[in-house]
Amino acid sequence: MASIDTGGDGGQKKGPGVKKAKKLSTRVDMTPMVDLGFLLITFFVFTATMNEPTTLDLNMPKDIKDKKEQTEVKESGVLSVMLGKDDVVYYYEGKLAEDGSNFKSTDFKGIRDVIINKRKEVMDRYVPDPACEAKMAQEGKPTSNCADKDFVVIIKPSKDATYKNTVDILDEMTINQVRTYAMVKIFDQEYELIKKTEEFNQAGIK
Amino acid sequence: MPSVKIARKSTDTDMTPFVDIAFLILSFFIMATKFKPPDIVEIKTPGSVLSQKLPENNAVMISFDSINRVFFTVLSEKDPQKYTDIISEINTEQNLGLTPAEIANFRNIYMVGVPLSGVKQLLGMDAKAVEKIRQPGIPVEDSTNNQLFWWIRAAKNAFAGEKLNYLIKGDANSKYPAFEAVVAALKKNEEFKYNLITQLDGAEASLYEANKAKNK
Repeated sequence: MASIDTGGDGGQKKGPGVKKAKKLSTRVDMTPMVDLGFLLITFFVFTATMNEPTTLDLNMPKDIKDKKEQTEVKESGVLSVMLGKDDVVYYYEGKLAEDGSNFKSTDFKGIRDVIINKRKEVMDRYVPDPACEAKMAQEGKPTSNCADKDFVVIIKPSKDATYKNTVDILDEMTINQVRTYAMVKIFDQEYELIKKTEEFNQAGIK
Repeated sequence: MPSVKIARKSTDTDMTPFVDIAFLILSFFIMATKFKPPDIVEIKTPGSVLSQKLPENNAVMISFDSINRVFFTVLSEKDPQKYTDIISEINTEQNLGLTPAEIANFRNIYMVGVPLSGVKQLLGMDAKAVEKIRQPGIPVEDSTNNQLFWWIRAAKNAFAGEKLNYLIKGDANSKYPAFEAVVAALKKNEEFKYNLITQLDGAEASLYEANKAKNK
């Protein structure tokens, strides 16, 4: 067993007159110690908080009352994404048509393709803008930043959406490297359309 | 015929290195472990692709659980004076009439989730007892009576001149209006930068990294 070898019997006198001292083993049984050690290791392994929480930064804009200060965006590059009940995502490009004909629904898997396609479409339409490219070069950023500068995603969570949906869509912005996105309140007209679509879908199932 | 002599080997193994390693690992885990603060409410945070670490000092944490109850927590282990500053300000502003003992107790109570009118009663309780009761949450959803505003303002004043992080910890299944109300309270305080507490989502994160590399 584990022990320190002391080499106890070297150079001891042997003879009839010398009483042999009782040899006591210097070995210590370490098994209980090892048992205890591993018990404690197991305990600490289990209690250690393994999944440390991470953070997602969110910057919200100031509420601007003055119309003049509001940022204007090109209608052609806008993608509005609305979050509905049961993880359903609604979206439309540009302006919402009067009859709601460009109002579509998808899910969280589908919205990624929608974002990618829209971004590609905006970038394909890009006409080189020397002013913007010069500015980017000055700031040391790639000039490709100019190509998708008109691409804006507007996120509008409805009151039926969960917090998870909100984080998921913000994540989707990060994954697809959408640089300009905004979270705004949903319009009544849009919420009504979501309600109608939900009713319609439910009737279809029945 | 000479028989082959088999050397008699001891079956004992020297366990010393084994013990050494075991205790080395043990001491590592003892030092690395940080115990979780007691969870008064269960909050399951949603997953995200970003693996940024969370600030743990100089922060206020606003949590909401799956049934949209809002809680307020101050994280300031380094400077305990802040706890007193915050609750004293709430006390004077809202005329709660707290005793010094109740003010001192604020530090022991990890999460506050009661309307302002119930703060005195909450702080009069022992921290152990608070864990057992069911707090109704800070009223936020009525925009004219968003009481979270006062808590944030008190914290902002207490941390004036220092960096204060706003952590928002929401349950994945809570509804969006709760989050919106929390953000509204922060916005009213002219605070626009927040940290949303999430959990690393492995599969999505690798996709994000791949995307980032491709676009470079």
